Amino acid sequence: MPGQEIPAESRVNYLNASYGVKSWLLTTDHKRIALLYLGSITLMFFVGGFFAVMMRLHLIEPQGALVAPETYNKLFTMHGVIMVFFFLVPSIPATLGNFLVPMMIGARDLAFPRLNLLSWYIYIIGAAFTLYAVISGGVDTGWTFYTPYSSTFSHTSVIPTALGVFITGFSSILTGLNFVVTIHKMRAPGLTWFRLPLFIWAMYATSIIFILGTPVIAITLFLLGLERLLHIGIFDPAIGGDPILFQHMFWFYSHPAVYIMILPGMGVMSELITCFSRKRIFGYTFVAFSSLAIAIISFLVWGHHMFVTGQSIYAGLIFSVLSFLVAIPSAVKVFNWTATLYKGSISYDAPMLYALGFIGLFTMGGLTGLFLASLATDVHLSGTYFIVAHFHYIMVGGAVMAYLGGIHFWWPKITGRMYPDGWARFAALVIFVGFNLTFFPQFVLGYLGMPRRYAVYPGEFQVLNVMSSAGASILGIGYLIPLIYLLWSIRYGPIAGPNPWGAKGLEWETPSPPPTENFEEIPVVTQDAYDYANVGGSRV
Amino acid sequence: MTGLMQTGFTDLAAAVATIPIHPTSASSIADSVDHLYYFLTAITLFFTFAIFATIFFFMVKFRRRSPDEQPADTTTHLALELTWTIVPTLITVVIFVWASSLYFENSRPPEAATEIFVVGKQWMWHIQHPEGPREINELHVPVNAPVKITMTSDDVIHDFYIPAFRVKKDAVPGRYTSLWFQATKIGTYHIFCAQYCGADHAEMIGWVYVMSPTDYAAWLSGGARNETMAQTGERLFTQLGCVTCHVADNTGRGPSLVGLYGKQEKLRNGDTKLVDEALIRQAIVTPNSIILPNYPPIMPTFQGQINEEQVLQLIAYVKSLGTEERKTNGK
Amino acid sequence: MSEVPVSEMAMHGAHPPGFKHQFEDMEQQREAGSLGMWVFLVTEIMFFGGLFATYIIYRTLYLTAFEEGSRLLNVKFGAANTAVLIGSSLTMALAIHAAQAGKKKSEQVMYLVLTMILGALFLFLKFNYEWRADYHEHLIPGFGFIIRPEWGAAGTHVPLYFCFYFFMTGLHAMHMIIGFGILGTLTVMAQRNRFNSEYYAPLEVSGLYWHFVDIVWIFLFPLLYLIGGRFALPGVH
Repeated sequence: MPGQEIPAESRVNYLNASYGVKSWLLTTDHKRIALLYLGSITLMFFVGGFFAVMMRLHLIEPQGALVAPETYNKLFTMHGVIMVFFFLVPSIPATLGNFLVPMMIGARDLAFPRLNLLSWYIYIIGAAFTLYAVISGGVDTGWTFYTPYSSTFSHTSVIPTALGVFITGFSSILTGLNFVVTIHKMRAPGLTWFRLPLFIWAMYATSIIFILGTPVIAITLFLLGLERLLHIGIFDPAIGGDPILFQHMFWFYSHPAVYIMILPGMGVMSELITCFSRKRIFGYTFVAFSSLAIAIISFLVWGHHMFVTGQSIYAGLIFSVLSFLVAIPSAVKVFNWTATLYKGSISYDAPMLYALGFIGLFTMGGLTGLFLASLATDVHLSGTYFIVAHFHYIMVGGAVMAYLGGIHFWWPKITGRMYPDGWARFAALVIFVGFNLTFFPQFVLGYLGMPRRYAVYPGEFQVLNVMSSAGASILGIGYLIPLIYLLWSIRYGPIAGPNPWGAKGLEWETPSPPPTENFEEIPVVTQDAYDYANVGGSRV
Repeated sequence: MTGLMQTGFTDLAAAVATIPIHPTSASSIADSVDHLYYFLTAITLFFTFAIFATIFFFMVKFRRRSPDEQPADTTTHLALELTWTIVPTLITVVIFVWASSLYFENSRPPEAATEIFVVGKQWMWHIQHPEGPREINELHVPVNAPVKITMTSDDVIHDFYIPAFRVKKDAVPGRYTSLWFQATKIGTYHIFCAQYCGADHAEMIGWVYVMSPTDYAAWLSGGARNETMAQTGERLFTQLGCVTCHVADNTGRGPSLVGLYGKQEKLRNGDTKLVDEALIRQAIVTPNSIILPNYPPIMPTFQGQINEEQVLQLIAYVKSLGTEERKTNGK
Repeated sequence: MSEVPVSEMAMHGAHPPGFKHQFEDMEQQREAGSLGMWVFLVTEIMFFGGLFATYIIYRTLYLTAFEEGSRLLNVKFGAANTAVLIGSSLTMALAIHAAQAGKKKSEQVMYLVLTMILGALFLFLKFNYEWRADYHEHLIPGFGFIIRPEWGAAGTHVPLYFCFYFFMTGLHAMHMIIGFGILGTLTVMAQRNRFNSEYYAPLEVSGLYWHFVDIVWIFLFPLLYLIGGRFALPGVH
């Protein structure tokens, strides 16, 4: 019966099954690959975060405190490129997704384990190109690469950066492919679609976007590179091209991409909320279908990034109404998570604190999206700090907090160790406070009219900028704390049992850390997900 | 020590008191945009606080009191699900209708709007009044009169943004975009470039000067005796040789341009196009994309020979050929 | 993962060779492989689709230039290549059928090699005849492209047409080269008697890929080669 604890040191698990660099670099075990990703994206997070710190330090003075404008322009570009493509997009899917998808469905591995390893190598190669671009002078086009600035005017490392992003895109595509096939074909006996954990629904919906959207950004960046090399006139109007076409193609991927960044976090939410209120999710079917609805509608709204480009007002109307529509499934999820708490048995462990922070901050970030879906207000707010605040509330207040919550929740399963709870809760609080202090003033700045991507700014905006920078330093410290204690816990943390949280789910019915093949025998599932009312029972 | 702390707090309080919360409202639409903005803020704050408060309340009321506490199993509740799906949908419909109708109003300039032309180029705004005066990074306008800005870019995409008027539009190379406003308060307001355009994007800023009608008229006619845009255009028309083909009495190799602006022109391929600024620009820059039934496609392109401001001057000249008044110095 | 050596039979039990251990049985493996290839082809459709969409937009804007460019392509080679590719899809299907019907390995290998030959012929005709001629006639953007006076005003956009031509056919050719590598691997496997009526999933799945590459060409050929109106009826345009 899982629950008997053999001391981790003497039990064979996926971590100690084999040793040596080759056993890690040539592994096909989804759990090891998840850890390879974890290391890589953590590195990229801190590189991107370093650029953010530099930006906020620079902006404490209206004339710029730190760097020349050309350098500042490179800082915000590289911060965006690295955070979007090399941290947020892969974060939860490549780490928690890779680790948990087979385990949650009772499989031994993903459908294509070698393809999974290839995905990681492709990510590394793409990251290498981009980091090369960073070192070789940087890139200053903004992460959005708008033409004709990026195709004709910029004198920075555009092609290596675009190439790096292009290559890494294939990593996402293959991960999405692997997840879709695995979820379709390798569920344990008895595990019907509507018994799946909602994390799996979220991964499935995310994978649909990976598969349909990423190839389009690949082609777009390829065409951009071609234009830059050969001066053909695809996007440069001076030679007959259309710069707005670039925006359409870019946003056709990049809008669904933001849902790639949030859907997995929503999946994590469903797992955390149910476990830490010890209750079945409220409205399972609605939450499951809302993930699919978000994935599908996300492909129809890209034009809301282009309301002020001079596009027809009728196009604006259509994109506006669809953008409102895509907000509804997210609202449904928030209400269902909140309702799950009702009459639950709620504990305040660190993962739950992250989850609750997510719900509030995501709500606020999502609602500020309404300001931007509204045509009349978007005209005033587009291109200002309001946009910056909006997406950071969702990406950082939402996605990153969900990521941290998930990392903490599954940490004992992944490592067999527990982290110090006091420090974890403290860090969650520091992050929450630092985050709000950083980004709330930016809503005000945007409404006042301060444009984004400004290396210098009029003096009347200084107080709000200083507040934001103060928050950023707190936030930065907040992120360093988990880095330290999580690493510490690998060696010195107390040994964790198979299910320290008393959670429901097939992954919790294996030892911590799990053996390489996950399950000695493939389980047969007879119950719904989150069946917390079934006291002490397992899913089989 | 306390004295120092007191000073510190006083300074902080003073600083916080200077934090602007609300931008100046100086145009006819600013207040209505703000009303929508406040409504959205109210909704955001309401739902955010409602969710936070509910969560907080539940967290406290339903906190785990013993390690093996087992709560009851609540399943879904269809009526609740439908309610919190339909109510937000209705709210978004209200917002959408409100925002869209406001947007429609704000997109259509009144007939009598004064036209002013803007060309963005790295990293400054070139502004031209049809009466002749040119400005860089400054825009003088009369109060309580509608103004239509037609703009383009000479290089990359810029964005012309006047926060106090709540208007913004990209200046896109290769095409014309426009916005309109009616300033309601005399004063000075920021102009910002709001689309990242390279090294000095943050320096591509300026001022709008809203003046009383008399002051504005004085400003317009003050300074050196300017020629109007149309007059400059006429000079270019001769200099560049346009006049050799486009003869006014239709005896040249090209069609006469008299009375052309605003007409619906039939092309060789059967399409009918309105002759507006965009079409005239297209004819100058890529002439053989517009072929007329009775004329061979022999017009050379002037792309690269003239900049966007000069194109606008030529267009002003062509427009002037369509009206009875020609060669005027004032409005 | 135990380090103790165990006989293959004991480890694999009743599983045939080629079985991958993450699966429960061959049926699941086969279905997963097939679904995986279909999903991959969907991503390829989106990949090429983005290119096709951009092509369509610019063709609408610059029809004259595109027609001028299209007239300079060698329709004979294009048509021959179309026939070659369709033939190669036939031989591929026959190879799969041979395995499915339990035919001898020599028949499987023959059809696979035929497919490779036809694929190689396609690439040879394209690179050696079409592209080489294009290079000598200065029609490759970025490699000494010369705008010809007879193109008139449309001349400035003819390089854009050829950019699309080389990018789209080049991307297609790259997919064919990858397909060539896959076919080579399959030929070696067939030669080693790996495929039979019970196990031919790799052939099936690779066949899907090859047919997809063929279908992309079926779209490319008319869009690129046949828009010049060279076969216009008298009196029309």
